[in-house]
Amino acid sequence: MENGFTVAAYVVAAVLFILSLGGLSGQESAKRAVWYGIAGMALAVFATLIGPGSGLWLLSLLLIAGGGAIGWQVANRVRMTGMPELVAAMHSLVGLAAVFVGYNAFIELGRVAEAHAAMGVPFPLPDALSAEALVVAATLTERFRGFAAVVAHKSAVEVSILRVELFLGIFIGAVTFTGSVVAFLKLSGRVTSRAEKLPGGHLLNAGAAILSVVFLFMFVGYEGGAGGWPLALMTLLALFIGYHLIMGIGGADMPVVVSMLNSYSGWAAAAIGFSLSNDLLIVTGALVGSSGAILSYIMCRAMNRSFVSVILGGFGGTSGPAMEVSGEQVAIDADGVAALLEEADSVVIVPGYGMAVAQAQGSVAELVRRLRGSGKQVRFGIHPVAGRLPGHMNVLLAEAKVPYDIVLEMDEINDDFPATDVVIVIGSNDIVNPAAQDDPNSPIAGMPVLEVWKAKHVIVSKRGQGTGYSGIENPLFFKENTRMFYGDAKASLDALLPKIG
Amino acid sequence: MRIGAPKEIAPGEARVAMTPASVRDLARLGHQSLIEAGAGRAAGFADDAYREAGAEVVPDAAALWSQADIVVKVRPPQDEEVDRLDADKTLISLFHPGQNADLLDRVNGTGATLVAMDMVPRISRAQKMDALSSMANIAGYRAVIEAGSHFGRFFTGQVTAAGKVPPAKVLVVGAGVAGLAAIGTATSLGAITYAFDVRPEVAEQIESMGAEFVYLDFEEGGQDSSATGGYAAPSSPEFREKQLEKFRALAPEMDIVITTALIPGRDAPVLWTADMVAAMKPGSVIVDLAAERGGNCELTVPDERIVTEGGVTIVGYTDFPSRMAQQSSTLYATNIRHMIADLTPGKDGVIVHDMEDDVIRGATAAKGHEITYPPPRPRTAAIAAAPKREKPKVPTAQEKRAAEAAAFRRETRVQVGLIAGGAVLLLLVGLVAPPSFMQHFIVFVLSCFVGFQVIWGVAHSLHTPLMAITNAISSIIILGALLQIGSGSFLVILLGALAVFMAGINIVGGFMVTRRMLAMFQKS
Repeated sequence: MENGFTVAAYVVAAVLFILSLGGLSGQESAKRAVWYGIAGMALAVFATLIGPGSGLWLLSLLLIAGGGAIGWQVANRVRMTGMPELVAAMHSLVGLAAVFVGYNAFIELGRVAEAHAAMGVPFPLPDALSAEALVVAATLTERFRGFAAVVAHKSAVEVSILRVELFLGIFIGAVTFTGSVVAFLKLSGRVTSRAEKLPGGHLLNAGAAILSVVFLFMFVGYEGGAGGWPLALMTLLALFIGYHLIMGIGGADMPVVVSMLNSYSGWAAAAIGFSLSNDLLIVTGALVGSSGAILSYIMCRAMNRSFVSVILGGFGGTSGPAMEVSGEQVAIDADGVAALLEEADSVVIVPGYGMAVAQAQGSVAELVRRLRGSGKQVRFGIHPVAGRLPGHMNVLLAEAKVPYDIVLEMDEINDDFPATDVVIVIGSNDIVNPAAQDDPNSPIAGMPVLEVWKAKHVIVSKRGQGTGYSGIENPLFFKENTRMFYGDAKASLDALLPKIG
Repeated sequence: MRIGAPKEIAPGEARVAMTPASVRDLARLGHQSLIEAGAGRAAGFADDAYREAGAEVVPDAAALWSQADIVVKVRPPQDEEVDRLDADKTLISLFHPGQNADLLDRVNGTGATLVAMDMVPRISRAQKMDALSSMANIAGYRAVIEAGSHFGRFFTGQVTAAGKVPPAKVLVVGAGVAGLAAIGTATSLGAITYAFDVRPEVAEQIESMGAEFVYLDFEEGGQDSSATGGYAAPSSPEFREKQLEKFRALAPEMDIVITTALIPGRDAPVLWTADMVAAMKPGSVIVDLAAERGGNCELTVPDERIVTEGGVTIVGYTDFPSRMAQQSSTLYATNIRHMIADLTPGKDGVIVHDMEDDVIRGATAAKGHEITYPPPRPRTAAIAAAPKREKPKVPTAQEKRAAEAAAFRRETRVQVGLIAGGAVLLLLVGLVAPPSFMQHFIVFVLSCFVGFQVIWGVAHSLHTPLMAITNAISSIIILGALLQIGSGSFLVILLGALAVFMAGINIVGGFMVTRRMLAMFQKS
């Protein structure tokens, strides 16, 4: 079994993981934190390979090296706009791995039970056993290595719990797997990002979940290695739930979806940790699970919607007629924008998913450099749900070499808008919608928004006159101090750049 | 069309309705410009400059009036100018048809078309031709400059070697365009500026210009200016009393008072009474921008500057825009040019006087022997109705403490409830589960706690790296696969190998991409 060294290594690895997550509280300490994580992982894998997991260690090592090479390639090639897809894809791998490990545990259980049956000893071993049977059992246990040995030692109650644990691990893993695959396809544009449901909608999901619970009881009721069919059927149901649940969620809710899947991959690892009696798996799974849960919570709060309403998809109904929007959208050309920026002392830029779509972050960064070069104060206001991934905008701006200390959160910058000369809104819509505050009947009423309309001038870079994700009219576009800078974000900015500085 | 600008003949008027810049713009609309010789001299525009811009300089007024199809002016026409109008001509000028009914009748008698620049409706689209706002803006600015030239001290506070200089205190009454311009000018000169207006919704604008809004504690609530086209309406006697009381309290402190309160179509309300003037410190200055309509200050003499016995200077000039003729001519000429642009929709020099258009209809006071003043209400509301704003109630210290205590109690209740619920749940699990499971379960619960504590501290900007790194470490599932892979069964080895391989991708990929992302975060 695990010797003292392995346990010690696991403790150190767990501490390193915690430090690694804690280090992400600041940009500078974060650079150190990654290495804590890497060291923790290396230590854990090393200790397992020389200890309890030493069987076929060479094969393991080769597989890790092979997988690692692929991971290295992907990590170095991926573009920052493609981060949401990458994260979703990696979640699916964790989910699938959890399913495989769970099935392995089940197969091992079956092998152990079979061996016991062959020797005429009951499995799991009852508490009171004849001396003769004990000897047989001991020789049996000798024959098993690694995980199987652990299983062979288990009592009846423990085996039942093991069944529940591996059932849960497989269920969560399977949901994570298909869910992440669908999220990946949606984010990479290979599947429509609209919310689509099969006829029956969420009743299908609920039905599948209830059936899974039924299968759980059936599965626990079986003895020894039997019960493969409820497990397999449940896996199919879980795969379906993952697929259907995420298909029913629209593109702009992806930040919540991705962080939710992040959380699930953690819980799957924790459940597998229980079934393998491995504390490091439990600790790490719990860390990751709670991390994803908090991210989901932050995203939901930023949209003023409950987690359930996001998962069930679509916006809630309105409670009355929306406030009438009067006025007209006034267009402006690049010369006009340049003149406004020329006179401005303080500028705030509010980017949204549109900036990522148009790949405009480089042009934005260049604009910022020029404006800062002429002595103007330029800052960014980032809404928590801007983009398709929590923190997506920050990463894009960092990639374009925008210094992080001028990239501020919504709460940090909202009070400064009245003293701002020009706000440039690039490809965002609902997160700057004043209806959230002014119109109690609006579907997004109460959602915290960036109060850009309080600035002296607002320039909105936007493709056309359409509405945002929530499908509601944005009164900001009709305000007197708003000018619409129509066109593709990157093309517009590139037209603007020669006129600045 | 031929558009002509005569020299203004009103005494002391230095402005002109056409500038070399507007001549160029008019040419682009297909119009030929005429200018009377010397018309722009007082505003600093030489005849040659006009000629250079493509205008034809006409020697005298008679020639100009006879040649031009459209005459653009600043002031309402004098008698001799009205005589020169005929049915083929259009006159564009400030006119105040409400106050000049006789003059309007006479102009109408000639059959000429009259476009009154002061009647342009206040809608977003027409802002570019809102001459009243342009002129008010200049008046507000000039009022502060005028006050400064009669005020014996600095605006801004200074600490000098010779001692400390307190900043001047400026009160602006009426926060229309002129008031806001005055606020902006006074604050940028460094004065401490206060402003008052009967319309509470302008408080935000006042504060955005850097002044402090003088709140009036009045039950009835303020006016909703959206009903009156953005202008103030007369207030109730009670409100007025309250207002004067407030001013009386402020008067001794204020160094400079600028009054801009006007109600459309009425005499200016008296807001700064003789006793307030008497209460002010010697050397203080009052600038009354409402002097033309009687003045907001009781002692104002229109067109004159007086000094009271108490040493307070009261400026009652009515020609502030004309005192900055170059600036005001430039803006006014631009307003006129925008009006003509709207009248020339084809940009081909052909005037289309579309009486269906809200802006043109509103500004036209006479056309084809018919007086078209006052215009019907424009179809688009001038300003969106302002939602009723609740005055934020400032809680007393006691209420605040009570609220805090209640919040604390509520929080404690919720927390204790959660802890108790969690504990009971755990105990229930402990009753049935074997100790080996409970051991792991304790580890699990504690880890969740640690996770929650740690993750709340993560910077929002690092959420994407957080996801990538949690992704990498959730591949700890590789340990499970490593433990199983040596077990012996082929199927187990196969599944285990696949799991190890996938987790390998994830571990290296996750950590590397995190490292790459974090390396990009640079400080400026």
